[in-house]
Amino acid sequence: MKRGLILVVSIILVGLTFIVKLFQLQIVDTNSNNFSTVKKIYEYPERGYIYDRNGTLLVANQQSYDVMITPNEVQPFDTLEFCSLLKIDKKFLEQRFVKAKRYSPRLPSVLISQVSKEDYALLQEKMFRYKGFYIQKRALRSYPIPSAANVLGYVNEVNEELASNNDYYQQGEIVGTLGVEKQYENELRGIKGVQFKQRDRLNKIIGPYKDGSLDQAAKPGADLTLTLDSALQQYGELLMQGKRGGIVAIEPKTGEVLALITAPSYDPNLMVGRKRSRNSVIFFGDSINKPMFDRGLQAQYAPGSPFKMLNGLIGLQEGVISPQTAFRCYNGYKYGNRPNEFMGCHCGIWDKPIALQLGLAKSCNSYFSNTYRRIIEKYPNAEQGMDNWAKHVKSFGLGNYLGYDLPSGQKGLIPESSFYNRYYPTGSWRAVTTISNAIGQGEVQTTPIQLANMTAAIANRGYYYTPHFIKKIEDRPNLNPKFIQKHQTTIQTEHFEPVIEGMHDVFKTGTGRWVNIPELEMCGKTGTVQNYIRFNGNKIELEDHSIFVAFAPKKDPKIALAVFVENGGYGATYAAPIASLMIEKYINGTVSRAYLENSISQANLQEQYNRQLNPELYYETRE
Amino acid sequence: MRQESNIIFKLDWILILLFLALIGFGWINIFAASIDNVEDFEVFDLSTQYGKQLVWIGMSFVIIFIILLLDSKLIERFSGIIYVTSMLSLAGLFLFGKNINGATSWYGFGSFTLQPSEFAKMATCLALARLLSDRQFDLKYLSNQTKALTLLLIPAFLITIQPDPGSAIVYISLFYVLYREGLPGSYLGVGLLAITLFILTLIFGFRPVVLGTFGTITLILIYIQLFTKYSLKFQIPKVISVYLICALWIGSVSYVFNNVFEQRHRDRFSLLLGQKSDTQGIGYNTNQSILTISSGGFGGKGFLNGDRTQGNFVPEQSTDYIFSTIGEEWGFVGSALVVLLWMIFILRIIYAAEKQRNNFTRIYGYGIASIFFFHFFINIGMVIGLLPTIGIPLPFFSYGGSGLWGFTLLLFIFIKLDAAKDTEW
Repeated sequence: MKRGLILVVSIILVGLTFIVKLFQLQIVDTNSNNFSTVKKIYEYPERGYIYDRNGTLLVANQQSYDVMITPNEVQPFDTLEFCSLLKIDKKFLEQRFVKAKRYSPRLPSVLISQVSKEDYALLQEKMFRYKGFYIQKRALRSYPIPSAANVLGYVNEVNEELASNNDYYQQGEIVGTLGVEKQYENELRGIKGVQFKQRDRLNKIIGPYKDGSLDQAAKPGADLTLTLDSALQQYGELLMQGKRGGIVAIEPKTGEVLALITAPSYDPNLMVGRKRSRNSVIFFGDSINKPMFDRGLQAQYAPGSPFKMLNGLIGLQEGVISPQTAFRCYNGYKYGNRPNEFMGCHCGIWDKPIALQLGLAKSCNSYFSNTYRRIIEKYPNAEQGMDNWAKHVKSFGLGNYLGYDLPSGQKGLIPESSFYNRYYPTGSWRAVTTISNAIGQGEVQTTPIQLANMTAAIANRGYYYTPHFIKKIEDRPNLNPKFIQKHQTTIQTEHFEPVIEGMHDVFKTGTGRWVNIPELEMCGKTGTVQNYIRFNGNKIELEDHSIFVAFAPKKDPKIALAVFVENGGYGATYAAPIASLMIEKYINGTVSRAYLENSISQANLQEQYNRQLNPELYYETRE
Repeated sequence: MRQESNIIFKLDWILILLFLALIGFGWINIFAASIDNVEDFEVFDLSTQYGKQLVWIGMSFVIIFIILLLDSKLIERFSGIIYVTSMLSLAGLFLFGKNINGATSWYGFGSFTLQPSEFAKMATCLALARLLSDRQFDLKYLSNQTKALTLLLIPAFLITIQPDPGSAIVYISLFYVLYREGLPGSYLGVGLLAITLFILTLIFGFRPVVLGTFGTITLILIYIQLFTKYSLKFQIPKVISVYLICALWIGSVSYVFNNVFEQRHRDRFSLLLGQKSDTQGIGYNTNQSILTISSGGFGGKGFLNGDRTQGNFVPEQSTDYIFSTIGEEWGFVGSALVVLLWMIFILRIIYAAEKQRNNFTRIYGYGIASIFFFHFFINIGMVIGLLPTIGIPLPFFSYGGSGLWGFTLLLFIFIKLDAAKDTEW
């Protein structure tokens, strides 16, 4: 019996050893997620089309063909013939092979992207001879109208980084990288279909994996309808030729963005296909013209005179002025005893009472300096006054991201007491220290879309909707709750009328009277913003920025917009006519003033911009 | 015939249920490993392995029925004749055998083949039991040792020269039966020492092992001389012969390994001992088998859902590598359960054997327990990468008619003998 036990013990030991080994293999070191025997075959649904608000096709698709490589499956082949077929040299092939292998020996990588239709026809017949290579059909974007590149954005190939960080994408697939293409990527792309195929050890597909229970049918991408008016967009781009700046037009009643123009821009068709990689280097690398920088969304400027409307409104709301309150102007406003404590003014009304409406029409600096001072000084100390003022300003959507549906933007800046406390640690600042805010110079910074939104809020007499670009997804109207929520400003409705009358006077008698069309009942405000650069320690003043905000018609506003032309001089020089033409184009559909249109669209500020490249030169002429 | 009428109640039903469980689960996995397309599946499709296996399972029940009808005394009495017949059938292969894959191991009857070596195990077990159960027979004597050894070496030799060394190696397990029945323990000790030296030589080579062994022996001798009452003074010839035998064994191992073994045998050992890593050539089987088992995870991928099994990634998966199918499709749960079933199955045989009053049945029981254990140990050990590649099947699981019948015979002869244990002989 003693000897019999040896076998018993051996059986138990061997059995336990096996179980431990199985535990180690199947639970500790399991590779159950390794689907190396399963081939996934993808079916790419067509990416959604994009239309403007009137149903004009903005983005469509065209077919393209990529040559793919799966390094593990490659078997020796005639490289010479292969290279000549693909029109590549052997070195390139080797490099790509190594790169693909480094990415993953099992997964397909792109060998050559977007071969032409003719090459595809030729390749298709011969491809079966090259194991490990295949041709993937994909759709390329095409833009029937070469416009609105900054809104539409573009699609790009999924790069290694995204492919390894994201479960959905594989290298070489298409993903929206900018603009609407990025923002609505999930809707536009749909869901790619996938079929799981069981392979045998020779890599032959022997049937569906798990009877196809994991397979998924492709879901086509959704078509988008944007709020843009393509005609208006193109018109704005035409007017902005040869200039730098941006235009943002909004439908006040809904917050729908009618046009978002940045200049200079680019033809979206240049960012498609094999030319994309070359062109994107050029566009992104152009640090002078910055065509990929959306000035409508990202450029932060001092708002200048259009900001006076806000100060007027806040003054009324705070009760520190009434529409009849009048101040006198002496070619400026002396706010302190020292000679430099003086704000100049160009309104040209010497020593006569100026009330709100006139102040706006003539853009009187003295009037708004007085008002601003009263707003701040209403409170026991400047800090409280400042914070209260900032609260009102921010209720117009300034000083923070607006929350619109494009992936780029800037916050702008609306200073609060804490901001000034940082610069004046002793707390020695007062209302007059920040007096430049009265006329939108100072520390205040806004983007054109923020200004346009502010104008829309004024047009609406006190509220705005978050600006947005999406109108419909397929046939479903935009249901994003963010975009149908009304944002009420802190100013009561009745205070808007005198301000709007003043803006109307800008066109009737004020700085915009040259570009008025009486029947359109336009309201607006010019702005002329001083700006500086630093060069060799010297502050050099450049040509002023030309700004204009406007809405029309006065009673039932259909469009509100902000125009910004960098170094365009007076607000009335470029921005006002552009705004006027845009409004006419949008409301009437046609433009009656061909002479104005021509002179504006052909105006070229390039010489101006070129001069900035040589500040020395600029400096001397200014001297 | 009192015993015949009561046989149903005397059968070891636990053992039979274990057998049914093993054979049933085995067929399910052969089905999974051999089916190509689930849609055109027919159970009795004789062009498929699972179809044929099902027929063989059916026929093995006929064999079981016949065995249970036989008189157990008759089995004991005829065991010598069975042995001789079996050896003749092995020898006959060299005249009438059919060569498949380089080994003349089969008799061919049309498309049907029979492998006599699968039945020789049963015959040898019976003969060994018959020989050792004689009360006059004592394994302490060299002549008896020689007789018993010859009994084992004849089939082992005949099978080796087919050549089918994998099947021949199984007879090593029967040495345990000799030990159990009185072969001096020193034989087993020497055997174990020989195997240890064999492996060490393969790993470290001739010189280090010889030096190490000599050093160890010398230390032991010094210990004996100084700390025990034995004196080595008059034992010089014995001491020298110990040194010589060890040196000779190590030398011959390294000679056999390097000069007699073929490269493929050497590779198998090198791979297992971790001296070589290879996943494409000779190591492909083991590597694929391990990957396949590992991919099963805890609960497995489910019946017919093992992508590696369905993709035929493991060669010989329905025969020697059937355990990898279990590992993949049934996971740790399934494969550990099979290991447990096997443990219980063999322990149950030993338990039943120990209860026998009849020496013949006990020895036969130990014989088959050793054989089943050896198959279980070598096969699963190989499939999960613990042992070198030795091509022997996993009983009741691996595809193959001769093997199935051989093992069924092996088992049910014991069950029949066991059922008759209470009957006076």
